[in-house]
Amino acid sequence: MVDKNQQVIDKTLDQEYKYGFTTDVDQTKFDPGLDEEVIKKLSKIKNEPQWLLDWRLKAFEKWKKMSEPTWANIKYEPIDYQSLSYYAAPKQKKNDSLDDVDPEILETYNKLGISLDEQKRLEGVAVDAVFDSVSITTTFKEELAKHGIVFCSFSEAVQDHPELIKKYLGSVIPATDNYFAALNSAVFSDGSFVYIPKGVRCPMELSTYFRINATNTGQFERTLIIADEGSYVSYLEGCTAPMRDENQLHAACVELVAHKDATIKYSTIQNWFSGDKEGKGGIYNFVTKRGNCLGDNSKISWTQVETGSAITWKYPSVIMQGDNSVGEFYSVAVTKNKQQADTGTKMIHIGKNTKSTIITKGISAGEGQNTYRGGVKILKNAENAQNFSQCDSILIGDKCGAHTFPYIDVKNPSAKMEHEATTSSIGEDQLFYCNQRGIKLDDAVSMIVNGFCKEVFEELPMEFAVEAKQLIEVTLENSVG
Amino acid sequence: MIKIKNLEASIDDKTILKGIDLEIPAGEVHVIMGRNGSGKSTLANVIAGNEAYELDNGSISMNNTDITEMSIENRALEGIFLCFQYPVAIPGVGMAYFLRSALNAHRKHQGKDEMDALEFLNNAKGILSELGLDDSFLKRSINDGFSGGEKKKSEILQLLTINPKLAVLDETDSGLDVDALRTVAKGVNKFKNEDNSVLIITHYQRLLNYIKPDVVHLMIDGKIVESGDMSLVEKVEKDGYSWLEK
Repeated sequence: MVDKNQQVIDKTLDQEYKYGFTTDVDQTKFDPGLDEEVIKKLSKIKNEPQWLLDWRLKAFEKWKKMSEPTWANIKYEPIDYQSLSYYAAPKQKKNDSLDDVDPEILETYNKLGISLDEQKRLEGVAVDAVFDSVSITTTFKEELAKHGIVFCSFSEAVQDHPELIKKYLGSVIPATDNYFAALNSAVFSDGSFVYIPKGVRCPMELSTYFRINATNTGQFERTLIIADEGSYVSYLEGCTAPMRDENQLHAACVELVAHKDATIKYSTIQNWFSGDKEGKGGIYNFVTKRGNCLGDNSKISWTQVETGSAITWKYPSVIMQGDNSVGEFYSVAVTKNKQQADTGTKMIHIGKNTKSTIITKGISAGEGQNTYRGGVKILKNAENAQNFSQCDSILIGDKCGAHTFPYIDVKNPSAKMEHEATTSSIGEDQLFYCNQRGIKLDDAVSMIVNGFCKEVFEELPMEFAVEAKQLIEVTLENSVG
Repeated sequence: MIKIKNLEASIDDKTILKGIDLEIPAGEVHVIMGRNGSGKSTLANVIAGNEAYELDNGSISMNNTDITEMSIENRALEGIFLCFQYPVAIPGVGMAYFLRSALNAHRKHQGKDEMDALEFLNNAKGILSELGLDDSFLKRSINDGFSGGEKKKSEILQLLTINPKLAVLDETDSGLDVDALRTVAKGVNKFKNEDNSVLIITHYQRLLNYIKPDVVHLMIDGKIVESGDMSLVEKVEKDGYSWLEK
């Protein structure tokens, strides 16, 4: 059995990354290096107001004095921030009509299964396409505008809705929150902006598709979603990158604000290039995501399916400021080859009767290392706060690892806390059981893993649940242990 | 049907089966009894192809096809079905999905069309009611949170759905109350016909009050030492196994 398993594991590890192609496109790209001049140049290209440039420069000043965090359970060669380029954009600027978009770029998105042609799009999904440092186009803008919904690139929002940007940018993740957030605040280039007005239920799924194409370039996007009183929005991001030998840095910030009675559902399918089987190349994914349930009865729910990146450092969190507010985190993280993931969440209970749920599923194969790191903080005035955490890990093969670091800090005695954690190998007995019923090894593995992830997949919007399931199947094809 | 010749098997370098010869023709029910550790469950697992065991010698054939080297799933598709002593839970995988996948794997192997969800459901509903199970049983995760009785009934549900050529019941009767035991026996009796065979591994006579065996084998230390009719079961119930040791 052991030899056979090793063979199938090896076969899996040889599997090619489907999205590893590059696009040959005429681009404007900064020379490598980072200083104040680079930030000024970036801000100027984007025609930003002075206050935003000042905000960036302040973040940069702080960043220079900060050091990279070392507490995460990940190992990598030091990143040379001066060797990276901080801006790369296809030469054509923002396009209002698809006719103006470089056909090479359209073809790229088609290959990724993302059609930017509104006619051909999945019904009910609007897309903002971000290519390297800029947004290429946003679909269904007019349709959404009818409801008063703003869905556009961050750069456009700075021009068209400066008051909203000024009010909310950095309100959830301060510019100097952490090393990577500070870097992002200094050099962020584009991303998506969403505003849902009072009482509006967004009639379609909103999504942003991030593509890193250029070499030696960091992608630093910034996303800001504001759900005004009584509104609802479901948002999804997808990410891919070409296969390159060198590591590429992706340091994003996502801020969510939910006002009274509002709900934000944020889903991620992250499939950045994860490096080859020797661990060469792949994306370094250092991301800060945080939502603030600002108003009473508000709700923020994060769902993530993380299959890509050489390194994932990511803790989508919720601050439950409003009374009766709800924070949720559902996660599936897969590591294979030499991938490392240190991911989890932070739930901060401030308001009364706040409730949080954490359900994570870690899957490790090959030599992958999967760490869950989660914090639950119940502050003094958070009467009757409740948390339920369930962290399950599954190991495929005997060279991988799963680690769980829960941190719990309770300052109010009325809190109810529940924590469950399990680690298991994908059972030989489970495989035997399936095989004995005539079900093939591959089918058995995907059946067992999909069953393991079910609670999380159920949280994804329908269209994406299917995609996530297939992604896991492809990722783990022929992988048994 | 199944022919086992001089079968020797071990686990972790410890020899468990020391030369088993067993032949079960179509239409017959055979029983194997023996002490704990005599190798009964090992035999059931080796027949099913469990790779935790090392096959050291001998051969197994089904309907004149040598299956000794066959993978677990191919043996299953050839018609071998094991009712597990301890069926494992697979959280998140629904019974209906699992069972239909299993059934369709068999149908595909037999050159039949796959069964659609509706036909499957209608088919399963009949079996469920006979086993005294609610339709909602199909919505539950396989063996997850099942009681001991439910686990064994689930095995019988699968047996009747897949309808294999050989059913191996590995201590299916242990831990069952009288009602559940009757239900399980009813299921097995419904399954058996002129064209298939049943191998029952048990410690007790009680299941055999409901399912009449054609041949009874007694196993000691990895070997079948005595074969006969129902009277052997009565002798074991009365005298145990020590009289078999010379």
